[in-house]
Amino acid sequence: MPEPSIFEKSQRGQRGVTFPPSDVPSHGPVFPVNLLRSRPPRLPQVSEQGVVRHITILSKGNFSIDANFYPLGSCTMKHNPRINEQAAGRADFTEMHPYQFDEDCQGTLEILWRLQEMLKEITGLPAVSLQPAAGAHGELTALLVFAAYFRDRGEKRTKILIPDSAHGTNPASAHVAGFAAVEVKSNADGLVDLDDLRSKLDGSVAGMMLTNPNTLGLFETNVSEIAKMLHAVGAKLYIDGANLNAIMGVTRPGDWGADAMHVNAHKTLATPHGGGGPGAGPIGVAADLAPYLPLPVVEREGSGRFVLKASSEKSIGRVRGFAGQIGVLIRAYLYLRSLGPKGVRSAAENAVLNARYLQKACGDILESPYNGNTMHEFVLSARKLQAETGIRALDLAKRLIDHGLHPPTIYFPLVVEEALMIEPTETERRRTLDEFARVLGEIVAEARANPDRLREAPLSTPISRPDEVRAAREPDLRYRWPDGDQAAED
Amino acid sequence: MGSPNNLKYAATHEWCRAEGETAVVGISQHAVDLLHDLVYLDLPAPGTVVAAGKQFGEVESVKAVSELIAPVSGTVTERNEAVAAAPEKISADPYGAGWLIKVRVSNPAEVAGLLDAAAYDAQASGEH
Repeated sequence: MPEPSIFEKSQRGQRGVTFPPSDVPSHGPVFPVNLLRSRPPRLPQVSEQGVVRHITILSKGNFSIDANFYPLGSCTMKHNPRINEQAAGRADFTEMHPYQFDEDCQGTLEILWRLQEMLKEITGLPAVSLQPAAGAHGELTALLVFAAYFRDRGEKRTKILIPDSAHGTNPASAHVAGFAAVEVKSNADGLVDLDDLRSKLDGSVAGMMLTNPNTLGLFETNVSEIAKMLHAVGAKLYIDGANLNAIMGVTRPGDWGADAMHVNAHKTLATPHGGGGPGAGPIGVAADLAPYLPLPVVEREGSGRFVLKASSEKSIGRVRGFAGQIGVLIRAYLYLRSLGPKGVRSAAENAVLNARYLQKACGDILESPYNGNTMHEFVLSARKLQAETGIRALDLAKRLIDHGLHPPTIYFPLVVEEALMIEPTETERRRTLDEFARVLGEIVAEARANPDRLREAPLSTPISRPDEVRAAREPDLRYRWPDGDQAAED
Repeated sequence: MGSPNNLKYAATHEWCRAEGETAVVGISQHAVDLLHDLVYLDLPAPGTVVAAGKQFGEVESVKAVSELIAPVSGTVTERNEAVAAAPEKISADPYGAGWLIKVRVSNPAEVAGLLDAAAYDAQASGEH
C-alpha cells in the first residue's frame, strides 16, 4: 500500500508548534492587495511526529546508489566517497557568505583556482570557467561564448551541427543560444558519418556539438578529422563532456582539436547527483575563446593572492549568481586530489573494463547492435525479444526493480530500437556485474515463459506503473479536499 | 508487417492517400509501435504550406519528441482536431480515424514517387 499523502494524514487540531499572537504592529499588507488571497490556503494539519514518520516512510522508498546497483546509462552513477562529504560539510565552507571579501576566503579561492588548473590539465584546454551549474548549462554557456566570438569578428553564423545520437540537451542548448540545430547522421558503425557532415559544412555553421565517447559508448575515432573539417570552414568543435568518465587521464579533447567542452563535476568527479541537483558543469575553452568566458574567474596575482576577477571587456557576463556551485566544486577538487593523476586514469580504465566485461556477460541474453570499441557504457536492444514475445525494453526495466536493481536508461539513444543503455561505472565489483547479468538472463527467460507477469512489473513496489501519458498531459498537482473546501479551517 | 496496400508511404513512416487533388496524411502502425504512448501532437493550421521531405509538425510520446515529415508538397486544407486533442486515437486507428492532415497537393508526381506497402514494410523491418 502506498503511504497516504500528507493531506490524507491531516487531522484538525494536530500541529507541531503553537505560535503566540504577534506582538509586532501590522502596517498593512506588504504585497499589493489585489495579489493577496482572500482566505489562507487549507494546509494539512499534522503533528511533528506525524511529519517525521511520513517523511521517514517516504525516504525508505528511495532507490539510491548508496543501497543498490544503479547502471543508468549516460548518468555515471558512481560511488561518492564520504570523505568528500565530510570535508565539504565543514563549517569553514558551509558558513561562508557569498559577499565575503576575497581576503577572508583565500583558502576557498585557492581550492577553486587549483580546480581550474586541474581541469585545464584534464581537458587539454587553456582556460576554464567554473560558473555553469550543470552540464546543459555548460553547453549553453559555451555556445554563448561561440556566439560572442563570431559577433566580435563580424561573422554571422546561424547553425550548430549535432549528431543524431546526441543527448537531447544539445539541440535545446543550441536553440536557447539562438542557433538552429542541424542533425548529422550516424554511419553503420554508430559513428559520425563524415560524408553527411561534409555535405552540411559551410560558412553558416558556427560549430558542432559532439559527445565523445558517443551515446552508444563508442569512441569517435575520427574526432581529429572532424575538428579539421570544422576549422577549415571557420567553425568550432564543442565536446559534450557527459562521457568524460571513459577517457579522463587517458586522452584530452584539447589535443583532438576541440575548442570547448564541459565537465560534469556531479557525474565524472563523484559529487552526488540525481533528483535535480545541485550540479556543476565547468567549461574549458581554447585560447581564442578565453576572453569571452563568463565572470567571475579565479585568478592568482603575482603576490600569490587569489582574487575573483569580476570584470573583463569581452566577457559574456554572468551566467550564475556569485562564484558558482562552490559546495559541488569543493567535492570535485577533493575527488581529484584524493585520486591523483594515476588514480584518475585508473578510474577511467576500470570504467571501460567494467562496461566491456558486462557487455560480454550480457551478449548471449540480448542483442548488442554495436560491438565496436565499447568504452564506459554499452547499448543492448530488446527488438528481437519484442518481436518474439511482445515484451519491450520498458517491461525488462520495470522487472529489474523487483530484483533490487535500478533500471538502465531505456529508449535512448534514439538510433537504437528498444534500447537499454548500461553504464556500470568503475566503482562496482565484478560480483555485482555477474549478478546483474544473471538477473537480466532470468528476466529474459521469464519473458518467454510468463510474459503477462512481466507486463505487470514491478510487483514489489508501492506503486507499479504510473500513468505517464496522463502525468504529461494533465499535470494537475493540486490536492482537492474530499469536502470540496480549499480554504483554511481556522 | 502488412501495411495497407491502398496507401503510399514515406521512409520516415508517414502514409499518404490521394483523393483527387487532396492527399490525406497520417503515420504508420510501425511508427506508432516505435513511439509507444502518444502524449502531444503539434499539427499545422489550414493554409500552411508544407514541402515534401520537410517537417510539418511534431509528435511527442512518453519516449521522445519526433518530427513529422511531409510526404508531399502542398497547402494544408484541414487538420484532424479530434486527434490533436487526444493523440491516443492515432494508436487505435492510424490508417482511419487517426489521420493527421489533408493537403491540396501541388505536385501530384510526388505521390507516385512514394513507397508502396511492400517496399515500406521491407524498409521498416530492416531498420535497427
